[in-house]
Amino acid sequence: MITFIVNGKTHEFSGDPTTPVLWYLRDELQLTGSKFGCGMGQCGACTVHINGVAQRSCVLPVSAVSGSKITTIEGLSEDGEHPVQQAWIEHKVPQCGYCQCGQMMQAASLLATNPTPTDDEIVQEMSGNICRCGTYPRIHKAIKSASKTLAAVQYYDPKVKGEQA
Amino acid sequence: MSQYFDLTRRGFLKSTAATGALIFGTYLAGGAPRVIAGVLAKPSESAKTANLFVALRPDGIVEITCHRSEMGQQIRTAIAQIVADEMEAAWDKVVVIQGKGDAKYGDQNTDGSRSIRYNMQRLREMGASVRHLMRQAAATRWNVPVDSCSAEQHVVTHSSGKTLTYAELVNDALSITPPELAQITLKKRSEWRYINTAMEHIDLKDIVMGKATFAADVFEPKALIAVVVRPPVVGGKVKSFDAKATKAIDGVIDVIEIPAPQGAPQFQPKGGIAIIAKNTWAAIKGRRALSVTWDDGKNGDYNSEVFKASLLATVASPQSSVREIGDAANILANSSDKLVADYYAPHLAQAPMEPPCATAIYYKDRVDVWAATQNPQADMATVGAMVGMPKEQINVHVTMLGGGFGRKSKPDFSAEAAYLAMKTGKAIRVQWTREDDIQNSFYHAVSAQHIEASLDKNGAIEAYLHRTAFTPIASTFVEGATAPLSLELRLGFTDNPINTPNMKLESGEAPAKTRIGWMRSVSNVFHAFAVQSFIAEAAHKAGRDQKDYLLETIGPNRILDVTEENAEYDNYGADKANYPLDIGKLRHVIEKVADMSAWGRKLPKGRGLGIAAHRSFLTYVATVVEVEVSDKGDLKIIKSWVSIDAGTVVNTDTVKNQVQGGSIYGITAALSEGITFDKGKVQQSNFHDYRVPRMSDSPLEVEVEIIPSDAPPAGVGEPATPVYAPALCNAIFAACGKRIRQLPIGDQLKA
Ligand code: FES
Ligand code: FES
Repeated sequence: MITFIVNGKTHEFSGDPTTPVLWYLRDELQLTGSKFGCGMGQCGACTVHINGVAQRSCVLPVSAVSGSKITTIEGLSEDGEHPVQQAWIEHKVPQCGYCQCGQMMQAASLLATNPTPTDDEIVQEMSGNICRCGTYPRIHKAIKSASKTLAAVQYYDPKVKGEQA
Repeated sequence: MSQYFDLTRRGFLKSTAATGALIFGTYLAGGAPRVIAGVLAKPSESAKTANLFVALRPDGIVEITCHRSEMGQQIRTAIAQIVADEMEAAWDKVVVIQGKGDAKYGDQNTDGSRSIRYNMQRLREMGASVRHLMRQAAATRWNVPVDSCSAEQHVVTHSSGKTLTYAELVNDALSITPPELAQITLKKRSEWRYINTAMEHIDLKDIVMGKATFAADVFEPKALIAVVVRPPVVGGKVKSFDAKATKAIDGVIDVIEIPAPQGAPQFQPKGGIAIIAKNTWAAIKGRRALSVTWDDGKNGDYNSEVFKASLLATVASPQSSVREIGDAANILANSSDKLVADYYAPHLAQAPMEPPCATAIYYKDRVDVWAATQNPQADMATVGAMVGMPKEQINVHVTMLGGGFGRKSKPDFSAEAAYLAMKTGKAIRVQWTREDDIQNSFYHAVSAQHIEASLDKNGAIEAYLHRTAFTPIASTFVEGATAPLSLELRLGFTDNPINTPNMKLESGEAPAKTRIGWMRSVSNVFHAFAVQSFIAEAAHKAGRDQKDYLLETIGPNRILDVTEENAEYDNYGADKANYPLDIGKLRHVIEKVADMSAWGRKLPKGRGLGIAAHRSFLTYVATVVEVEVSDKGDLKIIKSWVSIDAGTVVNTDTVKNQVQGGSIYGITAALSEGITFDKGKVQQSNFHDYRVPRMSDSPLEVEVEIIPSDAPPAGVGEPATPVYAPALCNAIFAACGKRIRQLPIGDQLKA
């Protein structure tokens, strides 16, 4: 039996421990904001936070997250008010939208540790996330503007979120 | 605002029949659109056969059906903008319903950048007819002339100042005969409040919250998951397989063979072995455990290096004439100082971020499908053929698409789901992995081109010969077809804009040994690459500025009609009167982008600007790319500027986003190693070896200017792509003097 906390709620899993977190979230919990793009850690569509840090859930077996706090896009904010989500709306970033939850989770994780990243730091951090629609210029701009919102730093503290459970 | 499926429509129809909602449609018959309205209280034939719907509910909510697929181009928003504008609907009362596959809508094939071009007029007429009906209903209630009533934002106002809302008028409108087309007046452009603005798209918030429903997010019905192992070689078959280890995996339920296709590939599944499991991970593990022996068939000899040599050999000698004026062949045969260049570009895979995915349930008299499809009517036909049912019995629900780029116009994945649903009697979701997608696409053609030209004493092109050879899309539909269709050649080849007295265009044949399909901009991609690279090469030979030379080469403002030069050319199916090939517009976007990018400015060492311009999908685009190439040959794209003339545009921000994205999509052609084959098998499998642009490969700014235009709407989704690779390669030449004729760029800059 593996126990972990997803978006503030405790879950137990007794299935195949090699199951990647992505498929557990999608198939079992029907949390479909995390997407399948490559299944080998190459695209970032499946990005979630494990104890506050962005990770690729498609290559992360559930056995490795025992006792961890997992946050998905569904848990990033109640109603899309996280500064990263707000910046995504302000800059009208998404086209098809398929990659965007992963992009936002990556961006939120970046800003949580580095609230004022340089242009190059943004490129470095975000280049693991593919967007086939080519929204990179807007993603870059949205991260800059989220970074300017001071609240970006204070609003989201995954540790606090996890402990609410 | 968003409601993805029309699952609720049946319920809606039932519940509102009693309360009397109005349903409208435009009806296309005999070419001329005519507006009709159906009243649900007494359902009429006309309502049932209407092409498109707008329904006004008694609570005042307007339901607008989007019959085109949403894949990031915000067509759901654009359709609503057009209807709601003409209807004078308040935006917060608009709901968009995604239409199922249904011939009654007319064309639903969401590719070719034509959703707005095909539909804008009838959508406007439909919206305007509802507005008229509301005014009429109010006039009747008040017993005043209809001309004394105006409609604005869901409210009809009489000249005396009294008002009635649309909701209050629904019941009155039920007994009024809807207007004929002649009675309605479309709004003037100056009166538009939604069309030609940058309004936010209706699905934006859902996407940002992770709530948009893509194909794999459909849980109603609850489906088993299937992952399919397909023959690695097109035309190959299963010889034998051993499923023992697979079946031993916990969660695996069944292993089923999908039959090999017959004849030309068309959209048929490739065949193979499906692993059906309780969840996705079990299916993937089951697939890894399966061992299959294949019979590779006649394409088992496909090798990209060998094929490249044969394509280059084809374009080295004369081929069938496509367009000819003057005596290019003769002049060039006698020229001692001509410029000669061969260009090559590999296969590419569309690789939409969402791999193909579809769910199906089989009933004895129908099949229900939920799919990320660009063309639900093709799903109906392909699924119908697969399960032996008439296409009318296939219900195709269109989910949001995580990108399409042409891949999802080919519904082999829906047919797989339907076949497995039929065999198991269960709801089945077929989930393609990234490896499946990269290795089982309908690939962008591999191409070779040979161009030669002689310049006159002023440096102008006096004779131009261009040969193209590529694996034709025709081969996907007609077994053994080796010659391209004229509609593949008209994509940037037949419509070459070079103004020269002597031109000869020739096209060769190429036997396809894999499935060929269309990818964003199709053969415009490699044709524009060759033509626009070559013009820059000629500029260099003539010692001229790229941009000035490009303008001189395409010549003065004029309408070019290539059919006058013995060419077959259908102008993207659009009439020449409304959509002429206007060289003046091509010149204009070039001049505009030169301005935007401050063309001609002094650049530091290692930097360069490149320009390219091209008309595709009836739209004119010019792009400038600025690059930096280091001494070691490292390439960095600094910035891009794009000027686009797409005629009338509906959502200015969407257009900019599409142009930015279309530009970055164009980087794929330049940077990606492409798809290569050995022994008939694709050698790439996932994003580690099939390179697509990442943020680090992309410009952080793509500045876009839309040329204001009252012309009819043209394409937007595709036209920014073909110009990108040539503008980039021209910039590389300007930066470091290396000319790229063979794609990908690879390590050519390092040498
Ligand atoms: S799906 Fe996990 S990185 Fe691509
Ligand atoms: S928005 Fe479509 S893949 Fe990023």
